[in-house]
Amino acid sequence: MSSPSVHAHQAPTGFIRKYIFSLDHKVIGLQYYFLALFSVFLGMALSLLMRWHMVFPDMKIAFFEKLWPAGAPGGVMTPELYLSLMTMHGTIMVFFVLTTAPQSGFGNYFLPIQIGAEDMAFPVLNMLSFWTTFLALVVMVMAFFVEGGAPLGGWTAYPPLSAVGAVAGPGQGAGQTLWVVSIAIFCGASLMGAINFIATTIDLRAPGMSLMRLPLTCWTWLITAILGLLGFAVLLSAGILLLLDRTAGTSFFIPGGLVFSDQIINHKGGSPLLYQHLFWFFGHPEVYIAILPGMGVASQLLSTFSRKPIFGYRAMVYAIIGIGLMGFVVWGHHMFMSGMSPYSAMAFSVLTMCIGVPSAIKTFNWIGTLWGGKIRFTTAMLFALGFVSLFVSGGISGIFLGQPALDLYFHDTYFVVGHFHMIMGVAAIFGMFAGTFYWFPKMFGRMMHEGMGKLHFYLTFIGVYCIFTPMHFVGVAGNPRRYADFKEFEFMQNLMPLHVFMTWAAVATAVAQIIFVINLVWSMKSGAKAPDNPWESTTLEWSIPSPPPFDNFGGKHPIVNHGPYEYGVPGAPKDHIMQTDPA
Amino acid sequence: MSAIAELSKSGTGLPACHSGSPPPPKTVDRGGGGGGGRASRRASITGLFVLFAAVTMFFAALTSAMVVRRGLSDDWVSTALPGVLWFNTALLLASSAALEAGHRKLKSGDRSRFNLYWTAGSILGACFLGGQYFAWSELNARGVYVFTNPSSSFFYVLTIAHAVHLVGGILALLYVGVQALRLRIGPAVRTPVEVASYYWHFMDGLWIYLMLLLFVWG
Repeated sequence: MSSPSVHAHQAPTGFIRKYIFSLDHKVIGLQYYFLALFSVFLGMALSLLMRWHMVFPDMKIAFFEKLWPAGAPGGVMTPELYLSLMTMHGTIMVFFVLTTAPQSGFGNYFLPIQIGAEDMAFPVLNMLSFWTTFLALVVMVMAFFVEGGAPLGGWTAYPPLSAVGAVAGPGQGAGQTLWVVSIAIFCGASLMGAINFIATTIDLRAPGMSLMRLPLTCWTWLITAILGLLGFAVLLSAGILLLLDRTAGTSFFIPGGLVFSDQIINHKGGSPLLYQHLFWFFGHPEVYIAILPGMGVASQLLSTFSRKPIFGYRAMVYAIIGIGLMGFVVWGHHMFMSGMSPYSAMAFSVLTMCIGVPSAIKTFNWIGTLWGGKIRFTTAMLFALGFVSLFVSGGISGIFLGQPALDLYFHDTYFVVGHFHMIMGVAAIFGMFAGTFYWFPKMFGRMMHEGMGKLHFYLTFIGVYCIFTPMHFVGVAGNPRRYADFKEFEFMQNLMPLHVFMTWAAVATAVAQIIFVINLVWSMKSGAKAPDNPWESTTLEWSIPSPPPFDNFGGKHPIVNHGPYEYGVPGAPKDHIMQTDPA
Repeated sequence: MSAIAELSKSGTGLPACHSGSPPPPKTVDRGGGGGGGRASRRASITGLFVLFAAVTMFFAALTSAMVVRRGLSDDWVSTALPGVLWFNTALLLASSAALEAGHRKLKSGDRSRFNLYWTAGSILGACFLGGQYFAWSELNARGVYVFTNPSSSFFYVLTIAHAVHLVGGILALLYVGVQALRLRIGPAVRTPVEVASYYWHFMDGLWIYLMLLLFVWG
C-alpha cells in the first residue's frame, strides 16, 4: 500500500550522468561494488604471489622479474618486495574491499529502498564520496609504480619505519607517502559516506518504518556508519601527523637517537606508541565496520530462508549497538606487546571479553532462528550459514588473543594471521557473497545460476578452512609472521609441509573464484528472468520491480505496517507478510 | 568543505510562503521520514550535527596527541601566541554575531537587513582567515616553523586544520549569499541559512576551545 502524494525524480538520460557521475544511490552502490570486486582480485593476486614465494623461495620466476626488475632480480623475490606485497594486500583488502563493499556497496543500494526512501539524503555528497574513494584507490595503486615501489610497513604503517622516509628501505620514500595520502583521501570519502548513511536512516524513513521495524541490515549499516564517522576522523588526524613527520620535519611519532642504514635520523622526542593508540582507536572499530554489515545480511537471510522470524529481534538490535559501543574501548588489546601497564592490559582484556557477550547473543539468536525452521538451502543461505560458521571459528581464537599472557606469545605468529583472516577477512567476504546471491535478482533483474553458486560455495568454504585453520597450528608452534620465507630456520622445516598445503589450498580457492565471476557475468546477460520477489522475502525492496525503477517506489511513499521478519505467522494466508501489506 | 556545501544546498524543502518571493526550486522529496514533508530539512540538520561529531573527533584526537606528546618528552618549548590571534578571535566572534543577527532578521521577514548582516558576517569571517595568515607570518618572522619544536608543530596543525574547516564555511556562506541575491531564500526557506550559520557558530566555539588549549597547554 502506498500514499499517493509525491512526485518522482527525473531520471538522467546521458551516459555520463546516468552511469559515471550518477546521483542515483543504486548506480553508486554498484560502482562501489565493482570497485571492491576489482580490489579483491588485486588483493588476492598479491596474496598468491606472497604464498608462492614463501614456500618456493628459490624458484626463479621470470614473470616476477618482469613485474619488479629491482624487487625480483633473477626472478627471485627479495624480502623487501614480499613485505611490500604484504602491505598492499592488507591495505587494499581492509580499506577497498572490507570497508567498501558491505557498507558502501550494498548499503548504498539497499538502505534507501529498505527504509522506503527515493534516494540517500545527500545525493551529490554520495557521488563525491564514491569518486573520492576511487581517487584514493588510484593513489594507492600508484605506489607500485613510483621509485622504490610500494611501501613495506604493513597495513598499520607503524612509525618509525613508516615515518623516516626512503632511508628505511625501498618503498618507504614516495611509495609510503602515497600510501598515507591515499588513506587520508579514503578517510574523507568514508566520512562523507557516514554522514549520508546516518542522516538517511534517521530522517528519510517511510511512514510506519519505526526504528524497531528496520531490517537488521539497516541497523548494521547505521551502526557501521557511526563507527566509521568516529573512527576515520581519528585515523585522518593520525595520517596528517604521520605525513608531516615524513615531509615537514616534525617529530610527532619519531623518537630521538634513531639510526637507519647507518644514518642518524634528525628527529627527537616523538612517540611511536602515540601513533599506535590513534591507529588502533580507529583500527578496532574497523574490524566491526567490516563484519557488522555481514551480520546484518546473515540475519536477514537466515530468517528469510528458515521461513521464521529472526529470533530475538530486539536483542539483536541491542547487540549490534553494544558491539558498536564496546568496539571503541578495546583498542588496547592490539597493543599488549607495547609494554603497557599490566593494569591497563587487564582492563582492555576484561573489556575484550565483554564484547563476546553481544557477539554470543547474535550467534545464539542465529541458531535459534534456524531451529525448527523450514530451511531452504539456496546458495545465498549457504553463504549466510558459512558466515556464521566462520564468525564463530574466527571469534573463538579472538578470546585467546584477548588474554595478555597468551597474546605475548601468539602476537607475532601465524595464529593472529589465521584469526583475523577467518573473522575479518573471509567471514566478511562470505557476507558479501551471501548479499550478492540474495540481492542479485533485485539489482539486475535476473537470477544467478544456483548450480554454479553451490559449487562455488562448497569449494570456497572448504578452501578457506584449509588455508586458515593450519595457520593456527603453525602459529601455536611458533611460526613468526611477516617473514618472507623460512629457509634459514631449522625449527620451521617441519612446518613447511603445512605451508605448502595452505598455498595449494589458496591456489585452489582462488581458482574457484573464477566460477563466481563466470556466474556473475553469465547471469547478468543470460540468467533466468527474476520475479519481483523470488525469495518470498518481506522487506520493502521486494515490493518493487526487479530491477527497481529510478525513483524506487514510482513516486509514491510506501506505508509500512509490519515488522521486517514476519514469516510463518499463524493464521496468515501465506507464510510471510510483506512490510507493506495491510495491517 | 564539500560536505557543508552539500548540507546547505539540500535543505530547501520548506514551501515558500513569503509574499513577493518566487517559489523555491522544485526539490525531490526523498522520503516521508515517518510522515510529514520536512524530511529534507531534517536530514540537513541531522547531517550537520553528524558532521559536528566527526569534526569533534578529529580535533579530540589531535588534542589527545598534543597532551600525550607534551607529557612524554623534555623537548617541548611553549610557543608564544602571536598577538594578532586575539584580534582575530574578536573578528570571528563578531562574524558569528552578525550571521546570527542576519538569521533572526530573515526569520522576522526583513530580507534587506538579512542581506546586510549576512554580507558583513561573511566579510568578517574572511578577515579572520586573513588574520590567521598574519599570525602564521608573524611566527615565521620569529623563526618559529612547523618543525621548530612540538609545540609549534601542534600550533600550525591545529590552526591550519581549523582554517581549512573555515574555508568550507566561507563557501557555504557565499552559497547562501548568492542564493539570497537570487531571491531563493526567504523566511520560510531558510534551511541553508541555518545550516551555514550553525556550522559557523560551531567553528567559533571550536576556535575558542583551540585558543584555550594553545594558551594553557601550547
